[in-house]
Amino acid sequence: MKESWQYKVFKVFNVTVLALIVFVTLFPFFNIVAQSFSSEAYINTGQVSLWPKGFNIETYKVIMSDSMFWINYKNTVIYTVVGTIISLILSTMIAYPLSKTRLKGRRFLTLFFVFTMFFNGGLIPNYVLVTSLGFGNSIWAIVIPNAISVFNMLIMRTFFQNIPDELEEAAIMDGSSTIGILFKIVLPLSKPILATMMLFYAVTHWNSWFPAFIFFTEKELFPVSIYLRNMIKGAEATVGTGATAADNMVQVSANIKSVTMVLTVLPILMVYPYIQKYFVSGVMLGSVKG
Amino acid sequence: MEDTMKLKKTLRKKELWSSIKKDWQLYALVLVPVIYLIIFKYGPMFGNIIAFRRFVPGGSIIGEEWVGFQYFQMFMNDPTFYKVFANTFILAFLLLVITFPAPIIFALLLNELKNQLFKRFVQTASYLPHFFSVVVVAGMVFEVLALNGPINNLLASWGFEKISFMQLPEWFRTVFVSVDLWQTLGWGAILYLAALTGISEELYEAARIDGANRWKQTIHITLPGILPTIVVLLILNIGNFLQIGFEKVLLLYNPLTYETADVIATYRVGLQSGSFSYGTAIGLFESIIGLFLVLGANYLSKRITDNSLW
Repeated sequence: MKESWQYKVFKVFNVTVLALIVFVTLFPFFNIVAQSFSSEAYINTGQVSLWPKGFNIETYKVIMSDSMFWINYKNTVIYTVVGTIISLILSTMIAYPLSKTRLKGRRFLTLFFVFTMFFNGGLIPNYVLVTSLGFGNSIWAIVIPNAISVFNMLIMRTFFQNIPDELEEAAIMDGSSTIGILFKIVLPLSKPILATMMLFYAVTHWNSWFPAFIFFTEKELFPVSIYLRNMIKGAEATVGTGATAADNMVQVSANIKSVTMVLTVLPILMVYPYIQKYFVSGVMLGSVKG
Repeated sequence: MEDTMKLKKTLRKKELWSSIKKDWQLYALVLVPVIYLIIFKYGPMFGNIIAFRRFVPGGSIIGEEWVGFQYFQMFMNDPTFYKVFANTFILAFLLLVITFPAPIIFALLLNELKNQLFKRFVQTASYLPHFFSVVVVAGMVFEVLALNGPINNLLASWGFEKISFMQLPEWFRTVFVSVDLWQTLGWGAILYLAALTGISEELYEAARIDGANRWKQTIHITLPGILPTIVVLLILNIGNFLQIGFEKVLLLYNPLTYETADVIATYRVGLQSGSFSYGTAIGLFESIIGLFLVLGANYLSKRITDNSLW
């Protein structure tokens, strides 16, 4: 059947709309990258859009030599690594037993976990608990209370469930213990899901800022997200006070925020090819949970 | 009769016991996460008790003495509470009617693309904002909407006056919903795209033979094909109705825009430590509404689609 002229018009319209969506989606990102490499004369007159104008890396030098930036950046790396390890271990410890249909009380345990997805204690009781445990101003305040994502755990459980029982039965014959089977058979077979979960958790921990915002008072403990947040919120106040302040701003204040943003998202961009592949398959997997 | 009941009970007990004995390692594995959950998830639920008790910072974590519904009455009589409650509902409603259907349309448009390379490119690009930290997202918003930023330059070049978007309460909702749309459009389409690949090509062929054009095929085949996915996600969305992403509000608002931007969750954050009990009462109220929405949505889901969250 021939395409009607209406459908031909639609196809042109469709490609145009989708191209426009891509442009709008990527524009803010390319804009801050361009700004981060531009000189203040062009930035402050609003001439930078997608390409750097008056190439300048002065601000990068300034930020890179700021010891607090590096301390906070290092903190983010530590929190991400420690948080991801804790999250992965706890999720595996619950997902594996729940994947065994023979486990008594499995339904109840699942409900026990799923319930926390829909009802939580709320901000203030959480705050009271974490501070009364003495976690305030320590890494534990941010890596422990949000260590398990029930959604991720359910995806893992589904994956474990799909591992053929025969493999494990053979190992039982050989006299392996349950934990032995987990380490010798299940985990090696689960590398794809473990990699997916690692990325899921790592991105979450990397992007986290709110727990640090409420539990940390010492600058030396801040993750880089708080460093950036304070910069954004601090500079925001001067926006309203008018152009007089802008006149004597130097290069650094013109694009210090965009430089920090670029440096903060850099690790995410580096793993983006992997995350977008794994995340999509992970979400698909989660959608067929049983 | 009673004897058989007893027998059954002891049998079941024995069964459970032998199962624990056989699989004690599985139970041992579960133990740590369960204890973790009791402390860090169920603990704070119990901690909500301070909504009914006077709490003194540094004092007992379950409060000092019972005060009944005093704190609930306090916020019921507080005009600010009604304002933040209304703000929350308006934002939640806007998100439901705008950012919920948008990914469906986006997925349908993507589905019409014949060029697979271009399709993959659009998809890959559209997921990107989902992975940015909300702090970076907020930073970008401030840059793009700044007085000498790209949007205002565009407005100026078209002869409009510049708008200080982030300082005007009447712009907050538009900005917030647009940002949410920007973040979730591509990501939200994933499940629909998966459902679209599941629609049999034969159906389209049959429709073509019957002389249905592409638009009719979309209405009569494509949409019904993804309808179950739409219903499930709609119900999940209604369940999370009040969760509008208060972290984003917290980063995007400022005292100038409180009038439209302050929501229940941020209002609570803004409370001083002296009013922990008051804040907890508000939080509990919000959580209970949320729980009812989830239960209601799940009930509907069971009735309509046979899909249940548990």
